[in-house]
Amino acid sequence: MMEPGLNHVLFVSTALFFIGIFGFLTRRNLITMLMSIELVLNSVNINFIAFNKYVWPHKLDGLFFSIFIIAIAAAEAAVAIAIIINLYRSHQSIDVENTEDLKF
Amino acid sequence: MLNDFLLLMKSELVLAFILFLLLILKVGKEIRNERLLALIQILLLGNFIFGFFFIESGSLFGGMFATNGLIAFQKSIIGLGIYLISLLFSDWLKKSEHLPEFFILLLSAVLGMFFLISSGNLLMFYLSLELATIPVAAMANFDLDKKISSEASMKMILSSALSSGVLLFGISLIYGVTGTMSFDQIAALLDGSSLQILAFVFLFTAFAFKLSIVPFHLWTADVYEGAPIAVTSFLSVISKGTIAFILLTILYKVFAPMYALWYNMVMLLSVITMVVGNLFALRQQNIKRFLAFSSIAQVGFILLGISSYSNEGTSSVVYFVLIYVFSNLAAFGVAGAISQAAGKERIEDYKGLYQTNPFISWVLALSLFSLAGIPPTAGFFGKLFLITAGASKGNYFFIAVAALNMIISLYYYLRIVRAVFMDKNDQPIAKINLDPSTKLGMIICTAGIILIGLLSWVYDYITTLSI
Repeated sequence: MMEPGLNHVLFVSTALFFIGIFGFLTRRNLITMLMSIELVLNSVNINFIAFNKYVWPHKLDGLFFSIFIIAIAAAEAAVAIAIIINLYRSHQSIDVENTEDLKF
Repeated sequence: MLNDFLLLMKSELVLAFILFLLLILKVGKEIRNERLLALIQILLLGNFIFGFFFIESGSLFGGMFATNGLIAFQKSIIGLGIYLISLLFSDWLKKSEHLPEFFILLLSAVLGMFFLISSGNLLMFYLSLELATIPVAAMANFDLDKKISSEASMKMILSSALSSGVLLFGISLIYGVTGTMSFDQIAALLDGSSLQILAFVFLFTAFAFKLSIVPFHLWTADVYEGAPIAVTSFLSVISKGTIAFILLTILYKVFAPMYALWYNMVMLLSVITMVVGNLFALRQQNIKRFLAFSSIAQVGFILLGISSYSNEGTSSVVYFVLIYVFSNLAAFGVAGAISQAAGKERIEDYKGLYQTNPFISWVLALSLFSLAGIPPTAGFFGKLFLITAGASKGNYFFIAVAALNMIISLYYYLRIVRAVFMDKNDQPIAKINLDPSTKLGMIICTAGIILIGLLSWVYDYITTLSI
């Protein structure tokens, strides 16, 4: 049984990052797009924790940073959901295909 | 120690004080909008004037927060910008039901920008960047009953959230490579390995999103068109200026060892941004959308100045942003006054404006001359210094393309001037009764456009600061 090393963790986090980007670009539901952004942010959290554990075990910057990311992601999601609710009131839909008044 | 703290963070503390004052006023008994707006204008003017006193340099919190004369000057530019916004859009603001909330959101965004300019650590940088973006997205939704306003706000929050995700991925890679967050220590540890280059590309992508550099500019025009015009002007002038300032710090301080690498990238992006911004601006009919693409083209010129990597680059960018505040805010102020009074935002509606409203026609014409860079106005000197700074590194082909772009931009700026002054219109926009403070704001902008170019000590002063 092999111990998982830094490369394994980085592979997971990078995959998660690009899954998030892919989801953001292909999904049409605003809440799902917001969830994709959360995936991106969580991949960054994994990155920070992994670097802290494997590369810089005597430092704490990475751990602190990931805590701040979690807090700010919550704040961002709160504002984004408020905006989406308002969008739903005016458009009766949260599908990005229906928000097409502004183009070119 | 406390003395240090009070002096070095004085702009932030004054701003936070105004912010809390507004929160308390909001909770307290109802005040009429006119009086509240007058109070806010006085407070913001005080904030701007106070920015020139007690300028000291130093750093706090273990290098997290740093300030010096140049940073204090950049903060003064931002302070001037928000004061002008509170003057220029007073008609719209007086009619708004949520006047205190507007300024609470605006000032918290500005507080974030102040910390952003002063940041000396990636953690501080990220936190203040979010503080500077999230309230602006909420502000874009301020016309709650308009469909396009909520659409613009949605586009803004999603694209800025994605860009901060990309930024964070870059930061995490930098942390993995260097093991530190402090700007000074990172600069010493960079050597141009491939992981560092990848991290830099991620970081720069996020900047390109925020600064709307082509190919990440697509959100800009939509957000500018949908948002209320006061928010649009805030976004296009103050957000852009702040991000340009911090980009200077990041590129010149943190990524200085990788200069040879980012020079080509910035130069190429600057030319592409100019060309695409100009070409799209040619075909716009809505004045806000037009100004959005014109601001994209201006960002191209800012990048040209940044690419020089010298003190000249710093001073020319700061000088250009100062002029840009005056000229773009004047243009947005006129567009806002017309849209508030007549509800018209299309360029063809501006035909014959000179017959009915000579004053705002002249303000609009001067601001467009300045944006295009026609000699007696300050915009000419701003672009001249940017291009001179860019040319100091050779690469004359790109400089020639930039100069050609100035000629293309003349066409579309003068198209509006022609519509205003020469074209005949049977039903021009009726005479607009300007609010006195709007008029004052326009006069300040016009004075800035004319005087900043002629007073050579302004540029000299910025040059002495940017060492």
